[in-house]
Amino acid sequence: MSLFFRDLKLSVRAGGGAMIGVLFFMTVVSVIPFGVGPDLNLLSRIGPAILWIGALLASLLGLDRLFQAEREDGSLDLMLMHETPLILTVFVKCAAHWAATGLPLVVASPFLGLFMNMDELAIGATVLTLLAGTPAITFIGAVGAAVAVALPRGGLLVSILVLPLAIPVLIFGVSAVYAAVEDPAPFLPSFMILMAITLFFAVIGPVAAAAALRHSAD
Amino acid sequence: MRLLVEGLSARRGEDLIFNGISFSLAAAEALVVTGPNGSGKSTLLRVLAGLLHAETGRISLKDGPAGFEHPHELSHYLGHRNAMKRELTVEENLSFWQRFLGNSPGGSGLDPAAAAAAIGLAGITHLPFGYLSAGQQRRMAMAKLLVAYRPIWILDEPTAALDAGADRLFAGLVTSHLERGGIVIAATHQALGIGQSKTLQMTGFSH
Repeated sequence: MSLFFRDLKLSVRAGGGAMIGVLFFMTVVSVIPFGVGPDLNLLSRIGPAILWIGALLASLLGLDRLFQAEREDGSLDLMLMHETPLILTVFVKCAAHWAATGLPLVVASPFLGLFMNMDELAIGATVLTLLAGTPAITFIGAVGAAVAVALPRGGLLVSILVLPLAIPVLIFGVSAVYAAVEDPAPFLPSFMILMAITLFFAVIGPVAAAAALRHSAD
Repeated sequence: MRLLVEGLSARRGEDLIFNGISFSLAAAEALVVTGPNGSGKSTLLRVLAGLLHAETGRISLKDGPAGFEHPHELSHYLGHRNAMKRELTVEENLSFWQRFLGNSPGGSGLDPAAAAAAIGLAGITHLPFGYLSAGQQRRMAMAKLLVAYRPIWILDEPTAALDAGADRLFAGLVTSHLERGGIVIAATHQALGIGQSKTLQMTGFSH
């Protein structure tokens, strides 16, 4: 619990990078209308997909620092030694990371949805799927961050490692939004699968990340 | 309580960096590990702290509190890096570690303000850790040893970057920890000035 608040504090202090993800998200989504042109129907059709892609890339942005910063100042050593299960420590760090970087993306998405000429239903569905899906990206990312913890320039490597695993999240997130907007397709099945993916990685992610951290110790 | 180390060896890359290290430390005993650079002092301490795997040998604890199989669960490890966040204030850093580490059975830690006073830096705990000088940062990292109670202290070059006054202060901290029945294992180049202690001379590479 104290770890959760400490990590939140760190991410909002100078150099913490909580707002970097949101700024990146806004940049990506707000240039799309200029690139695509003033075709409102086209914009509202691709809107959910653009929001999801933007959110996915933005949440990958700060992941490499998740454990690297702890390793550089020696805090990771003390966490590895402590009798609290490392899995729990990793889980709490992921939760704090999501609250600092994932949650702002979810909050920003309705405003960016207006840029994309999306109606209320589509915006609502996007917010809901992002809320359910972005934790999965953080948990998957924790594994990549733990594997690359000892590498000095691991940032891009983490993204490349993580992206294939995050693709299902993107697919089911976007398809749930389209299912909500277009009549014949049902919303719930895709959304349930998205939730299942999140819960699955909430269990697997910390276990794998903890194992990777133990072996990276030097 | 008794810390037993038998026939310990560890590998760095291809070569054994040390082997056949055995010692036994009872409560209130200190071990000073000396040796030239690269002789494996830090590696030995990291093996004792459970951060590296030993190639062979055993580390065990006799007559310790129940429920602790590995001595590292009862240890403080002060490495080369201070394990404090530059962005947080000293007070926030110390109280985080206090809550995160918790106390081992048989003792309790000081609160952060008292710990800062004990290392002679009371009154600057409201500053971000990154604002302090290297020596002050090192002393604050020592305050971390005081906020949560651990019977075993594993210290890697604890007095690097410290002035003579802080050296004496630190010797006082170690002595009072020993008087309370603690165990101290320190790797150092300088004399710690803690009176009676066992010494272990590391010789370096063996092929």
